[in-house]
Amino acid sequence: MKNHVWRPLIVVIGIVILILAARVVYVPKDFGSYERGYMYSWHEKNNEDFWKNFKIKYKGKAYCKDCHEDKVTMIDKTPHRIIMCENCHGPAGDAEGVVHYDDKRPKLVIDRSRELCYRCHVKLPYPTSGRSEIKGFLDPEQHNPGIECVSCHNPHSPKLGGA
Amino acid sequence: MLSRRNFLKYSLAGAAGLSLTKAVGAKTEEKKPVEVGKGGVRWAFLVDTYKCVGCGLCVKACKNENEVPYDENVTRTWVERYVVTKDGEVVADSPKGARDGFTTPKIDMGHGHEPRIIKPEEISKAFFVPKLCNQCENPPCVQVCPVGATYQTKEGIVLVDRTWCIGCGYCIMACPYGVRFFHPKYHTAEKCTFCIHRLHAGLKPACVEACPFGARRIGNLLDPSDPITRIVQDERVSVLKEEYGTKPQVYYIGLSKEVK
Ligand code: HEC
Ligand code: HEC
Ligand code: HEC
Ligand code: HEC
Repeated sequence: MKNHVWRPLIVVIGIVILILAARVVYVPKDFGSYERGYMYSWHEKNNEDFWKNFKIKYKGKAYCKDCHEDKVTMIDKTPHRIIMCENCHGPAGDAEGVVHYDDKRPKLVIDRSRELCYRCHVKLPYPTSGRSEIKGFLDPEQHNPGIECVSCHNPHSPKLGGA
Repeated sequence: MLSRRNFLKYSLAGAAGLSLTKAVGAKTEEKKPVEVGKGGVRWAFLVDTYKCVGCGLCVKACKNENEVPYDENVTRTWVERYVVTKDGEVVADSPKGARDGFTTPKIDMGHGHEPRIIKPEEISKAFFVPKLCNQCENPPCVQVCPVGATYQTKEGIVLVDRTWCIGCGYCIMACPYGVRFFHPKYHTAEKCTFCIHRLHAGLKPACVEACPFGARRIGNLLDPSDPITRIVQDERVSVLKEEYGTKPQVYYIGLSKEVK
């Protein structure tokens, strides 16, 4: 064959070899297909560790009990026992891994807003949903408007006068 | 890893007009669907829509736990409200993904529209539907990724590798359930991980933990004694958009035909 055929062909082969070489260098050793084959698990294995090592923020009620036993025992006697503390107070841990109560602790939220209680206590008369079974108000502005709910109801013991 | 020889072989096959993914896919398809985890774990989610009250505490917990910017209008999980009138009209909303719960009977009709109020006596049924990634057995979002940045783990959880994601958005379009979005900070595809970090620490996902009413639960389908497995096997459950063949692993109790 003539030169003008060979020369570009060699250039093309050269480029292909270069790309393959670059690929070997660039693609990490642990990149490949794993348990679910090429179609569903073609990835870099150690990325799984990134997600598994993500910081846990919500510690759960049992964690609070160590230091706030009074609150936990109080709430456990009331219908609010189903609401975990951090739903109202925010997560105990933060993105840096600092956990309440540490020296540089994340200060937990104390939310006295009426809106916090509206999440469940605004009555929505939806026949096929649990929402319609919670005591509440179709129009919350009829129930002591302008005053924080927690100035009359203790959120940890919502029955008037405590439980 | 795909060897260089195979790489060339498959490339040639592709050039010959054969679809590359199909050729390789046919090989992996022999596996039985649930045998994902040889280690014996396949996470599945169970949502009971009768129990959901629309408080949105799951959404709040998810955003905090997974560092999804709280005030941006994106979220890994959300709650939809469906109100069906006696005339058969379906009205649905999910303001801010229900991050602050449903605190009014006014239904959000979208930007520039008046909110609707449907009188209690006009309602035939109304309920809340929590949504999250279905961690499909056949995830289309993974198939379309051109760079191997999204994948399924052996426990069946689909993850995104932020270092490889090029932000092309194919996966966001491929997901029939609309669960993916761009992370406002990293500009890479973002999605629910079933809180894999919590599962590996022996904890439940943040949304499950946060739900006061037990509307969200998680279990291991490869453990026959797991209560979730028993409900999925023995009781009447359904999944979203079954006709797509994605085999979702989020099962619902009390789903209705109005739910899209
Ligand atoms: C290691 C002990 C400890 C644990 C565990 C703990 N706390 Fe505290 N917490 C404290 C102390 C000490 C204070 C400060 C009390 C004071 O200032 O009077 C505090 C204060 C608070 C406050 C008031 C606001 C603030 O940040 O000062 C809230 C709300 C609170 N804790 C909630 C919780 C919740 C919810 C949990 C569980 C997730 C929890 N705590 C777990 C020790 C603890
Ligand atoms: C329904 C929401 C809600 C839940 C659930 C809840 N709290 Fe509170 N908590 C509040 C509010 C609101 C205040 C502020 C009360 C006030 O100012 O009268 C508060 C105050 C506190 C305080 C500080 C003030 C004080 O009274 O000493 C602590 C500590 C606290 N909560 C701990 C807990 C713990 C522990 C739990 C879980 C057992 C819990 N809370 C569950 C809403 C809640
Ligand atoms: C996650 C949902 C939820 C939130 C948020 C919530 N509650 Fe409740 N609350 C309940 C449930 C469930 C009951 C059980 C009784 C019922 O069916 O009404 C209840 C009961 C009550 C009761 C009646 C207690 C009784 O024994 O009759 C009061 C008062 C109350 N809550 C006040 C509050 C206040 C004040 C707040 C805000 C700080 C609040 N709740 C936030 C779910 C919630
Ligand atoms: C000024 C004090 C006061 C304030 C503020 C207040 N309440 Fe009450 N609440 C009461 C009293 C008194 C009752 C019992 C009598 C009644 O049913 O009206 C009551 C009853 C309730 C009940 C039980 C209703 C039933 O059907 O048995 C719930 C639930 C409740 N309140 C929630 C709230 C919530 C949520 C807020 C804030 C949005 C709030 N309350 C604000 C005084 C108050």
